[in-house]
Amino acid sequence: MKIKDKQYLNKVVEINNLSFSYNNKPLISNISFSINRGDYLGIIGANGSGKTTLVKLMLKILIPSGGEIKLFGVNINSFKGWSKVGYISQKATSFNLSFPASVEEVVGANLFSRIGLFKTLKKEHRELIYAALEKVGMQDFGKEMIGNLSGGQQQRVFIARILVSEPEMLILDEPTVGIDIRSEEEVYCLLSDLNEELGLTVVMVSHDIGAMTIHASRFICLGEKGFFEHSPRDKISNDLLTEIYGHGVYLHNDSVNSCRHGEL
Amino acid sequence: MMLNIFQYDFMLRALIVGTLIAIITPRIGVIVVLKRLSMIGDSLSHTSLAGVAAGLVLGINPVLGAVFLTVIAAFGIERIRRSFPRYAEIAIAVIMSTGIGLAGILSGFIRNAASFSSFLFGSIVAISDFELIMVISLCVLVLVTVTALYKELFYITFDEESARLAGIPVRLINIVFTFLTAITISVSSRIVGTLVISSLLVLPVACAMQLSGSYKQTGFLSIIFALFFTLSGLFISFYLDLKPGGTIIITGVITLVTLMILKARPILHANRGNNA
Repeated sequence: MKIKDKQYLNKVVEINNLSFSYNNKPLISNISFSINRGDYLGIIGANGSGKTTLVKLMLKILIPSGGEIKLFGVNINSFKGWSKVGYISQKATSFNLSFPASVEEVVGANLFSRIGLFKTLKKEHRELIYAALEKVGMQDFGKEMIGNLSGGQQQRVFIARILVSEPEMLILDEPTVGIDIRSEEEVYCLLSDLNEELGLTVVMVSHDIGAMTIHASRFICLGEKGFFEHSPRDKISNDLLTEIYGHGVYLHNDSVNSCRHGEL
Repeated sequence: MMLNIFQYDFMLRALIVGTLIAIITPRIGVIVVLKRLSMIGDSLSHTSLAGVAAGLVLGINPVLGAVFLTVIAAFGIERIRRSFPRYAEIAIAVIMSTGIGLAGILSGFIRNAASFSSFLFGSIVAISDFELIMVISLCVLVLVTVTALYKELFYITFDEESARLAGIPVRLINIVFTFLTAITISVSSRIVGTLVISSLLVLPVACAMQLSGSYKQTGFLSIIFALFFTLSGLFISFYLDLKPGGTIIITGVITLVTLMILKARPILHANRGNNA
């Protein structure tokens, strides 16, 4: 019984026969998969294939037209443990750059719901904020205005913001959009570190198949012709890419294992 | 010897009420400006003018009429915004037009035109006991609510979607804030005037944003600026015999322009983030 329980809890997300239609047009039909604790799952697919939609369904931002989603073993409709889930949307870095907020304030925002009304951030909260900033290598930027940082630095601050509430699963939707290639690689590596060292489950939406084959431990592909799931060491064949995107895609793996520990 | 501003009861009242309004309007203004809704003040104050006209026509207290209609208008803006998610200005323009239209029609039925025009520029130097009590209660209400919801309002303003996921009751807080905005605008536009209230929401925040290094500082500095504009505006208008409402706003505009010029020069620039 106990072993069974443990296996059950190991499934962080379970999706059964999930469907979603937008304007009566089916966008996601009948997909099933599960995400295990400690996975680094890449969700890949062409633009418009429903990657973001799938993530929004998992976050209850959108309501499915059919099927079932369970988070941490609980049906999403009665799920209460949202603090276990950290999410960075595609829009996160497209905020108004002149918004007057310091890095400390942005990261501290995710502590608000547990502090309560009329109370302000105390020393212990500040320690949590700096612990989260340290995990992403941004501890020296606490007083800086968020708008003065580079795109890659901002993305790391947003990762710290979700880390501060100590989630068990991170969901990121195209976290590297709009940042330069070097910072992009740093963000991927940072997430690999968090996944390996802290055992956090990472779910990443990306159209960058190259990066996903390097960093993700599993990936699922959404495409015109349906849904594919891949086991860890399964390299994506060019035939499959053609099937997903409808045309050939050249995949290059030059930057394999470019993460160097201690560099961040 | 110069006239002593403090020997007049009406000026004392003006200073008290002006101080209170200078404290609360930037609290609302910071969020309004950062939500990119700076023109909401204009829109709602014109609706409040329609409420004033309705009150005068129907023989009920014009300020209460203004509060009532402004609250409805504020929720109208929220509703229209949902229909045009990326075009908040549409909602603001529609409600502003409605307000002006209604005020125009209703003002035709008002017998005492002078009392109506006193609402356009406000009457900070002619405050009744009732209005004094109203401003004090408003001040308490706004300060308590905004302080209680300080963190939540910051998060919603910065990133509404993440705030929702972090467990903040975004919808409820937005409703509370809309309500506060409406009553702040309708009550304070009675004091400083329909035509100037929106500048009092925006100018102190604009000045604060030129200097601040965080959200907290922006909030604090905007109150300092609002107090400075209001009090210096009142003194200047008293001694130079100018209209107080307009003087307060022009003091604000001059301050903002000065700050912008100073900021463009390297002296102030050096104090800000060296990482930019």
